[in-house]
Amino acid sequence: MSVLVVAEHDNSVLRPVTLNVLAAAKEISGDIDVLVAGSQCADVAQSAAAVGGVSRVLCADAPAYAHQLAENLAPLIVEAGASHEHILAAHTTTGKNFLPRVAALFDVAMISDIIGVDSPNTFKRPIYAGNGIATVKSNDAKKIVSVRGTGFDPVPGEGGSASIEAVGSIHDPGISDFIRDEIAKSERPELTAARIVISGGRGMQSGENFTLLEAVADKLGAAVGASRAAVDAGFVPNDMQVGQTGKIVAPELYVAVGISGAIQHLAGMKDSKVIVAINKDEDAPIFQVADYGLVADLFKAVPELEDTL
Amino acid sequence: MKVLVPVKRVVDANVKVRIKPDGSGIDLTNVKMAVNPFCEIAIEEAVRLQEAGVATEVIAVSIGGTSCQEQLRTCLALGADRAILVQTDEEAQPLAVAKILKAIYDREQPGIVIFGKQSIDGDNGQTGQMFAALTGLPQGTFASELSVTDGKAEVVREVDGGLQTVLLSLPAVVTTDLRLNEPRYASLPNIMKARRKPLDTTTPEELGVDAAPRFEVLGVEPPPGRSAGIKVESVEELVDKLRNEAKVIE
Repeated sequence: MSVLVVAEHDNSVLRPVTLNVLAAAKEISGDIDVLVAGSQCADVAQSAAAVGGVSRVLCADAPAYAHQLAENLAPLIVEAGASHEHILAAHTTTGKNFLPRVAALFDVAMISDIIGVDSPNTFKRPIYAGNGIATVKSNDAKKIVSVRGTGFDPVPGEGGSASIEAVGSIHDPGISDFIRDEIAKSERPELTAARIVISGGRGMQSGENFTLLEAVADKLGAAVGASRAAVDAGFVPNDMQVGQTGKIVAPELYVAVGISGAIQHLAGMKDSKVIVAINKDEDAPIFQVADYGLVADLFKAVPELEDTL
Repeated sequence: MKVLVPVKRVVDANVKVRIKPDGSGIDLTNVKMAVNPFCEIAIEEAVRLQEAGVATEVIAVSIGGTSCQEQLRTCLALGADRAILVQTDEEAQPLAVAKILKAIYDREQPGIVIFGKQSIDGDNGQTGQMFAALTGLPQGTFASELSVTDGKAEVVREVDGGLQTVLLSLPAVVTTDLRLNEPRYASLPNIMKARRKPLDTTTPEELGVDAAPRFEVLGVEPPPGRSAGIKVESVEELVDKLRNEAKVIE
């Protein structure tokens, strides 16, 4: 029984979430291969080979795979994973894009967004915005599974010496082209990997006011997130959204500022270890999940917080 | 060019769902149902394509019991021209839905198929991509902008790092993200008009599709509980608690 993990990367760096996916893979089997598909991605393959417990790294290095287009990636994964019983990838916008396509090409079901492995064919996954945890058993011979990073503690990134094998086949049906990326540049840690996250909601009133949160974030080494309301209002870009349909975070400390706490937002952060809520409405639902609640005007409290830290 | 929009009947987004006491699933008795919010965005986008003269006909399709007619009528009131109900009392899983929709696609030959990126019940987020695989079409998932010109669809996608723009040859699959548009409300005259628009019914068997389930839900349990903590009186007290009690900051 062997597992193929599709690595998440940007052609130069192996994204840390891959180590969480590998942790899920280890609960399924001891025989794990990693597929690195990209362009000029040799460094990523080296990083993947260095992870303890990885048997082989398959490296498909071609311009067709540079931007992780699902149309090109899916047939490659079908080829590379033909003999594996499980194929795993992160439940990120990249994995969510190509993995269902892979499953349908194999004519098998996909199990999305798992947070636990009960057995090689039975998994735990949240449904209804995390209001229920379903135990799901796959009856297909091949299991295609996306993994919620925060559901598994990452494996160490070193200690291994896997072989690296080149995969030469190039798949490009020529039906889709990459045009451009507009990737937010930030000196702060990545939202899903940060130890501390400070998020703002509709109560922030404007995008400019997010500088208040950024000042606190910089003192704490935190990432800055947002609720859907703040993103919909145009205060901040979509990549900052935490929630059911945005990013799922589970940091050591989550500070919700001016966020009322809709169930869709809670779905994205309620697994955080410690939750702090700052809101002037003492009846805001966010206080029902907060370990520490401060009923206060955020425009006074947040600058004060920055000064106190 | 026809635009096909699959829509799902789901629990209304504002309902706080309850798990059945026996843990077999979510209790859906007497719960308010609605068009899945992402599917509503898909209908809106299709109607806008028609208003812009790009689309000639908008077809809504749903899979499920007869009660799905209610959601299809909503889509017709929002501007879809006709609707198809693929009637089945079995729960159709994403792969089965994709296969059923492929059969509809083969019959209707639309130029664009617009899906919601996920349904807010199962949260699987698979069907659009699976359909794209079965039909061999390109996919623009998590779309926040769609423009159609010269036989191509340009899709701006919401990705974890920001935005990615792709160019797809038509026919193509698009799945909607939250900010693609803001759906309109159905006007009363349009709700009346929708009653007379065509709504055809077929079945997976008639379409020749094997819709058998591939996975089973063994049970559903509540998530680990989280209870309200304490209220602090000041920022100073908050920082003290975080430093000395929770020990999450230095």
